[in-house]
Amino acid sequence: MTEQTTLDKVPAPRPETGERLLEVTGLQKYFPIHGGFLVKRRIGDVRAVDGIDFHINSGEALGMVGESGCGKSTTGRLVTRLLEPTAGSVKYAGQDITHQNRKQLAPIRSEIQMIFQDPYASLNPRQTVGSIISAPMEINDVNPAGGRERRVRELLEIVGLNPEHYNRFPHEFSGGQRQRIGVARALSLDPKLIVADEPVSALDVSIQAQVVNLLQKVQKELGIAFLFIAHDLAIVRHFSQRIAVMYLGKIVEIGDRDSIYNRPRHPYTHALLSAAPEADPDDDGRERIRLAGDVPSPINPPSGCRFRTRCWKAQDKCASEEPPLLQIGGNKDGHLTACHFPEEPTTESRGEDIVLDPALVAIEEAATEED
Amino acid sequence: MTTLTKPEAQPTPQGSEHFLSVRDLYVQFATEDGTVKAVDGLSFDLDRGKTLGIVGESGSGKSVTNLAILGLHNPRNTTIAGEIMLDGQELTGASERTLEKLRGKKMAMVFQDSLTALSPYYTVGRQIAEPYMKHTGASKKEAKARAVEMLGRVGIPHPQSRVDDYPHQFSGGMRQRAMIAMALVCDPELVIADEPTTALDVTVQAQILDLLKDLQQETGTSIILITHDLGVIANTADDVVVMYAGRAVERGTVRDILKTPEHPYAWGLLGSIPRLSADVNVPLAPIPGSPPSLLNPPPGCPFHPRCAFAETVGGDRCRTERPQLPDGRGSACHLTVDQKRDIFIEQIQPRLR
Amino acid sequence: MFRFLTRRVLGAIVILFLITAVTYFLFFVLPSDPAQLACGKNCSNKDLVSAIHHRMGLDQPVYQQYFDYIRGIFFGRNMPDGQNCAAPCFGFSFANDQPIWPLISDRYPTTFSLAVGGSAAFLVIGVGLGMLSAWQQGKTFDRVASSISLLGNSVQIYFIGPLAIALFADNLGWLDHGHDPTWTSDPIGSLNGLVLPCLVMSVIFWSNYSRQTRSLMVEQMAEDHIRTARAKGMGSKYVFYRYALRGAAASIITIFGIDLGSVFGGAIITEATFGLHGLGNLAVNAVFSLDLPLEMAVMIFSASAIVIFNIVVDAAYALIDPRIRLA
Ligand SMILES: Nc1ncnc2c1ncn2[C@@H]1O[C@H](COP(=O)(O)OP(=O)(O)OP(=O)(O)O)[C@@H](O)[C@H]1O
Ligand SMILES: Nc1ncnc2c1ncn2[C@@H]1O[C@H](COP(=O)(O)OP(=O)(O)O)[C@@H](O)[C@H]1O
Ligand code: SF4
Ligand code: SF4
Ligand SMILES: [Mg+2]
Ligand SMILES: [Mg+2]
Repeated sequence: MTEQTTLDKVPAPRPETGERLLEVTGLQKYFPIHGGFLVKRRIGDVRAVDGIDFHINSGEALGMVGESGCGKSTTGRLVTRLLEPTAGSVKYAGQDITHQNRKQLAPIRSEIQMIFQDPYASLNPRQTVGSIISAPMEINDVNPAGGRERRVRELLEIVGLNPEHYNRFPHEFSGGQRQRIGVARALSLDPKLIVADEPVSALDVSIQAQVVNLLQKVQKELGIAFLFIAHDLAIVRHFSQRIAVMYLGKIVEIGDRDSIYNRPRHPYTHALLSAAPEADPDDDGRERIRLAGDVPSPINPPSGCRFRTRCWKAQDKCASEEPPLLQIGGNKDGHLTACHFPEEPTTESRGEDIVLDPALVAIEEAATEED
Repeated sequence: MTTLTKPEAQPTPQGSEHFLSVRDLYVQFATEDGTVKAVDGLSFDLDRGKTLGIVGESGSGKSVTNLAILGLHNPRNTTIAGEIMLDGQELTGASERTLEKLRGKKMAMVFQDSLTALSPYYTVGRQIAEPYMKHTGASKKEAKARAVEMLGRVGIPHPQSRVDDYPHQFSGGMRQRAMIAMALVCDPELVIADEPTTALDVTVQAQILDLLKDLQQETGTSIILITHDLGVIANTADDVVVMYAGRAVERGTVRDILKTPEHPYAWGLLGSIPRLSADVNVPLAPIPGSPPSLLNPPPGCPFHPRCAFAETVGGDRCRTERPQLPDGRGSACHLTVDQKRDIFIEQIQPRLR
Repeated sequence: MFRFLTRRVLGAIVILFLITAVTYFLFFVLPSDPAQLACGKNCSNKDLVSAIHHRMGLDQPVYQQYFDYIRGIFFGRNMPDGQNCAAPCFGFSFANDQPIWPLISDRYPTTFSLAVGGSAAFLVIGVGLGMLSAWQQGKTFDRVASSISLLGNSVQIYFIGPLAIALFADNLGWLDHGHDPTWTSDPIGSLNGLVLPCLVMSVIFWSNYSRQTRSLMVEQMAEDHIRTARAKGMGSKYVFYRYALRGAAASIITIFGIDLGSVFGGAIITEATFGLHGLGNLAVNAVFSLDLPLEMAVMIFSASAIVIFNIVVDAAYALIDPRIRLA
């Protein structure tokens, strides 16, 4: 495929790589729950995101992993300001955009784009591919030299679709192709940051790799920063230079790829990595950790450390004191962990498995006794 | 706590008789757009106490195959041909009454989406007790006690009180456990688990997969585990069938499939998934194009429009002649054994490291 | 369940309050002067009109009148002209200068019996046909039933009523002509007198309920949990009745709740067709005699009845669906 990334609009000088493009501090989003016996009133909150800090450097991909409902998508929608934060701040290129209104956001809207999970629901079925991709240019009144249509054809080519597809409708495309249309739309305004929310989860395995490769090409060659949200640990590792692990609205650990995947300190990161299925029958060298139960509700999260109800290292302190996210002795710079009693920095299998699930414990103990 | 070891392979009772044996299975649906050839000449075997993994992308015919084993297709628009032998009994032509007696008793199923697969109108306990009463003639009281016992066994805390809960009062992981309890309540000899963990989070998925495996150790049931995730079968299956467009394209032990795959589609699948230990600078090797329509499957080898090796075979063979899957270990591909080995070693294996 | 019902009842009280308020103000404040009406068409005597005004309490502030009216319904009251009106007091009828409640309590058993009996008939017949069609999906019965259903869609009560009387009562003599029920003195006779009207009334609902039931059942049979039940070895009849019907019932009840108004309407048309004396007949008389208080009372009473039946329907719905019951 030929790479034609003509920048028709005179591009704003891009911040140098390594410069902080996005900075998020104390970000919080509570969704009120209304209810009550007779009168409707606010009876609580879904604490979807509850005070998180992170940053993304320009040109860098930050991966975000965690189990469903932990607040990944909400974070993505807060960063793109599709949602208004309850508290905290979002700074884009040094500018505080936390509470800016539509008008103030307009110049930034073009620089932060979003790619969604569901390639079927996120494209208007009544619009042609051409008008879908050129819509952001129209809304933001961007007129590339050579016209919008030419730009759209270029974009189609960049994402590996035939420029002849300009006048077709989304239903004529497969899931993977639709996701490419979504990528082309996101690229149409020459963004600096793309928030990709589970961009490949809805796709077949063989198609996932196509889209991951495309996004990676876009990231590297156009120097676009990514907030890459996914629940597949291996894909996130493959795509992101740094990774944030979320649990129940909090970032519990964040750091560079090697630190998170090879030298994790937070028990939850250990459990996640241990549970990730690997297509390798010889993969016996990893520690075996089996948690009990599911993630608790974000409406009434546990006090102190939110992971304590499923943590094998929990002590009294974990219930009373919330562990701060900081660099633990022995961690690399920028590798922060929120845990009072961190684990050893290794994923090697240990002397004894950690099995908390009562059913597994019962069956496995009975089996050992028989031997 | 210890890791369990698999018991010694038990010799199958009557020589080459397999517990479950599917031969040349065809399942076709009459639709407005034409005939959907969902399963197109599929054969596989499963021995007692073993786990067979069926891997394939969405729409490759995995669920259809297993619904055919249970006889759950609507006869009005479905044509089924071929042979399904379960423990010496032919199932394809069997009457509804015969099948009803087998379902839930001798063969049971665990479905993917536990929220829609359990009835919202009845308690979890009742839904578990129902097949027990039907198949063992137990009284209501006995069946409820059995439901409590099963819930305890699959790790539901306080089964005594949770037995009277409705499915919506359970979390996703608990519902999937309840579904397993329901499948196992009559000690079936065959359990078919259709993507049992696809809707679950990874940590819960790991719990459920281990639970299935541990329960199998205890009861000695045979399991068919359907999944699109090669990672899921790695630690659970003994043998694997890879499906593409309604056909088995490769068959072998789990080690064969993951370590020395032979079929270009299997190579593509393995190259598409990143691994936790892989070099991140090596790009993924996706399969180009997308899965074929089953209304109009490509002639010859259904994989040929996406296959990089059709040229290697030479001529028109891949486009015209359907490659056969040999019995036992093997793949349905026109490449010669040597070609398969050489291509794998030279071109594929280096990318998988 | 208790919370659910309490919430519904309180909601209903608010709705009833709104209904009474709106009806009251519509009738008494907006259109024309009731005193003028009471005085007669050609009454031009200002003093007489204002005397009537006073007698009817119309010289009181509107909210006071309304408050008195509502209080009267619950506790009875003395009218401004000194007449006693026992609870439930809906005021006095102009036309026959007597308290309204006895008029209503005389008539409503007929209407209610028709509504309940007619509903029972169309639920049994319509839902039954729908279930049979779903069970026989695509077979001859299903096709025949859906054609008949189409026909049934186009009939009217006042058209088939007389036909049915002529055929079943006059010619064949199988059924009673239909007469007002007197449940306390002659329950059996009352029942006999209602069979034909209820059946006739139910006909207009058959087609809708059988079609809805059929499609609901077909939809239910395609649900995942039905497949699970079959995968456990439960028989297809068992699955049909225990699982599919249970799911369809919830929706049928919802549809029934929405239809309550039409059911009352149907009952009133049936009354007229069979010459029975129910609320419809009462309301029509009230309109012709310009008897505003009576009209208003019938309206408030029927509306309240519908609201209350709606609660019953909701409760039935909650009983069927645990997700609502336990919410
Ligand atoms: N009742 C039906 N009528 C018509 N076509 C059907 C029916 N059931 C399945 N199919 C088709 O059969 C093919 C195989 O379906 P199947 O459900 O087995 O796929 P699968 O491998 O289980 O995929 P997934 O991963 O999405 O569950 C698909 O093309 C599907 O559309
Ligand atoms: N609009 C909303 N109203 C109420 N709750 C919401 C809303 N959006 C998200 N949530 C809740 O916030 C939590 C985090 O959601 P989300 O960020 O979507 O999770 P995920 O990590 O799966 O992407 C969940 O508990 C979710 O139910
Ligand atoms: S703070 Fe305590 S409960 Fe939380 S992860 Fe660390 S050890 Fe576990
Ligand atoms: S038969 Fe031909 S097209 Fe099919 S997989 Fe083998 S080489 Fe590829
Ligand atoms: Mg999400
Ligand atoms: Mg499936």
